Amino acid sequence: MSEVARARSPKRLFALFLAAAAWLAAPGAVAGDLTVVSWGGPYTQSQVEAYHKPWMARTGHRVLSEDYSGGLSEIKSQVLAGNVTWDVVDIEAAEGLLGCDEGLLEEIDPSILPPAPDGTPAEQDFPEGAISPCMIGHIVASMVFAYDRDRLSPGPATIRDFFDLEKFPGRRGMRRSPKAALEMALVADGVPPGRVYEVLATPEGVDRAFARLDGIKEQVVWWEASSHSTQLLADGEVVMSMAYNGRIFDASELEGRSLTIVWDAQVLEIGHWAIVKGAPNRDLALDFIAFASKPENMAVQASWISYAPVRHTASEMIGSHHSNPELDMRPHMPTWPDNLKTVIRQDVEFWADYLDELNERFNAWLVEG
Amino acid sequence: MTPSASPESVIAVDGIPLKTKLARALMVRRLRALGLTMPLLAFLFAAFIIPVLVFLWQGVHDDTYARYMSHSTPVLEAWDGASEPTEAMYEALQKDLVQARKDKTIGKVATRVNRELPGGRSLLTSTARRAARLEAPYKKALIDLKPAWGRLETWQALRVAAARYTPTYLATSVDLKYSGDGSIRRQDEKRRIHLTLFWRTVEISALVTIFCLLLGYPVAYLLSNLPQRSTNLLLILVLLPFWTSILVRTTAWIAILQGNGVLNDLFVAFGVIGDDSRFSMVYNRTGTLVAMTHILLPFMILPLYAVMRTIPKAYVQAAHSLGANGWVAFWRVYLPQTLPGIGAGVVLVFILATGYYITPALVGGQDGQMISNLIDFHMRRSLNWPLAAAMGFVLLVLVMFLYWLYDRVSGIDRMRLG
Repeated sequence: MSEVARARSPKRLFALFLAAAAWLAAPGAVAGDLTVVSWGGPYTQSQVEAYHKPWMARTGHRVLSEDYSGGLSEIKSQVLAGNVTWDVVDIEAAEGLLGCDEGLLEEIDPSILPPAPDGTPAEQDFPEGAISPCMIGHIVASMVFAYDRDRLSPGPATIRDFFDLEKFPGRRGMRRSPKAALEMALVADGVPPGRVYEVLATPEGVDRAFARLDGIKEQVVWWEASSHSTQLLADGEVVMSMAYNGRIFDASELEGRSLTIVWDAQVLEIGHWAIVKGAPNRDLALDFIAFASKPENMAVQASWISYAPVRHTASEMIGSHHSNPELDMRPHMPTWPDNLKTVIRQDVEFWADYLDELNERFNAWLVEG
Repeated sequence: MTPSASPESVIAVDGIPLKTKLARALMVRRLRALGLTMPLLAFLFAAFIIPVLVFLWQGVHDDTYARYMSHSTPVLEAWDGASEPTEAMYEALQKDLVQARKDKTIGKVATRVNRELPGGRSLLTSTARRAARLEAPYKKALIDLKPAWGRLETWQALRVAAARYTPTYLATSVDLKYSGDGSIRRQDEKRRIHLTLFWRTVEISALVTIFCLLLGYPVAYLLSNLPQRSTNLLLILVLLPFWTSILVRTTAWIAILQGNGVLNDLFVAFGVIGDDSRFSMVYNRTGTLVAMTHILLPFMILPLYAVMRTIPKAYVQAAHSLGANGWVAFWRVYLPQTLPGIGAGVVLVFILATGYYITPALVGGQDGQMISNLIDFHMRRSLNWPLAAAMGFVLLVLVMFLYWLYDRVSGIDRMRLG
């Protein structure tokens, strides 16, 4: 036992430093203020309008909104240091799964989820896999590619065109991550969307995806922050770019830029709520998540941003944009039937298993030649 | 030497040997000096040295598996890593999996194993889910459940994960692979990345240092030879960017260098290039070099200026009066006197450059990334802190080696900051 204790002490020491650092940097949150952490920009704005404001009005508690750029590092530091300041986090599925495995997230009892207005129990109203031990899915976003129709006319129509430099010359923006890039490359190489992960789990499949990426590698501009994708398109630095569909919607429908989304081989991701282990306001956090999971509240968010609510009953309530009753939001949703024809549904288990491995390969591939 | 000349025998007026008095006086001075630097030393020790050491420790020590899998750890340690796994090993594993699932620690163990064996995460979690229902003989039961348990690689990966002290992260950070049978081989060609990046880091840092020296030297010379009023104005021009946020300066370079940026627009307007053949000057190595040179330039100019200001003009004048032309006077008289400033500037810029990561991340594209970007990636995204620690350690050793080399070649004691 003493051996174990001794072996652990450096980790304790490290945690102590993290605690000291966290204490020095601690913001002035008052007890009873719920800290909700999300991705920032128009996305957070839509959550503030749909969830934060009505929840504050209902409960009288304040919501402190913080931005982060994904990943688990802040959560891990807070939990290790025993100084948790975040309550609710909007988290990517694969990270949430790993965070749950590592004991960084609280378990959430799905019975807190309110039933649909027509009485359908919550479990049947969420798509499969959207509820897991530590996470409640709330939104469907999509990685698509979009092009500037002023510069490409006629524009690309399929994912093959994205990987075809002869037909559509010019630089392409891509996210610096194997996620979505490898799936799209395989579909462009002729793999049916439904079999992508089966192929990608084999070494030959991985080689095949990278071979396809090799074909455009020289012409790729890699972005990391989501806002950078639309910036590259706006600056004319690229002729087409991978991007989250909500970003393109804002740029084209609200800011009037000449961008068009190609929905072929879109990669659907589900965004989740999670609660940090040892969150100071755990009960309030649960209440907030239950409130945000009401279909009618989800539908409000869909009037602010073109990401689809997870719940089936909520998608049926999608209407027009809050600023413009003429602008029907439904065709802009990744879950609109016309957009779903060749959809790739992100396999979270696959990425939890292979992310490290494929990241290693992807990073090495980026560096070579 | 006569005894009367030795200091022991010299007695001060109050009867105490002079040597003792002298030692006391020196001691007081030393203590006072130590007392004044104590706050800084204590701060450095607590906030820098200890955390760095503790973090580096994580690069060789990882007891996640050993802590939560108490039955299989000793069995795996005793195994030679090459022979057929025995029934006892399977039985110990089954016991551990049942226990780890009950304690909800299976996720941590699975994450650790996944680093050695891609797909190991779901292999462990899904086996653990059903482990309680398995019956002896466990070897057959486990292999029937998941054929992967019959493979030697799976067990070798477990053996690597079970070791509390492991060279695996250090090996990975220099593109070697440590296997369960104890051998160390070169990493598979498609996964080699670290040595390339270490070399590139040195290369980019060296280029940035050279550019800073070439650009900074004339500026510092100008600064130190102008009348005071113009010097102050120029110095502000040097310092103003120095006080501006790195992010702002880097983003400004994107606006200037990008395809539709200021510089390319100017080139097109003056007919230097056609509208369809604009230069790619950002999101590649050029972008990294330009932005980093600009950001680090003050670190070269300021020590150079400080040294040049103290060089009397008379030396160069004397050289001229003795018949040296401009070049000879500069090369043989002026330049050698500025060497301490060059040394300080070069070391400062080079060492700062090796640790840069925000600028390469923003403007580096794919061939302008440095090792620090990968460390950042493992800290923030993949949460592989032990690997990040190991890479940090290698970088530290590399920089210390270069520093040592510099000391041998040029002498640290000749370095001056003014």
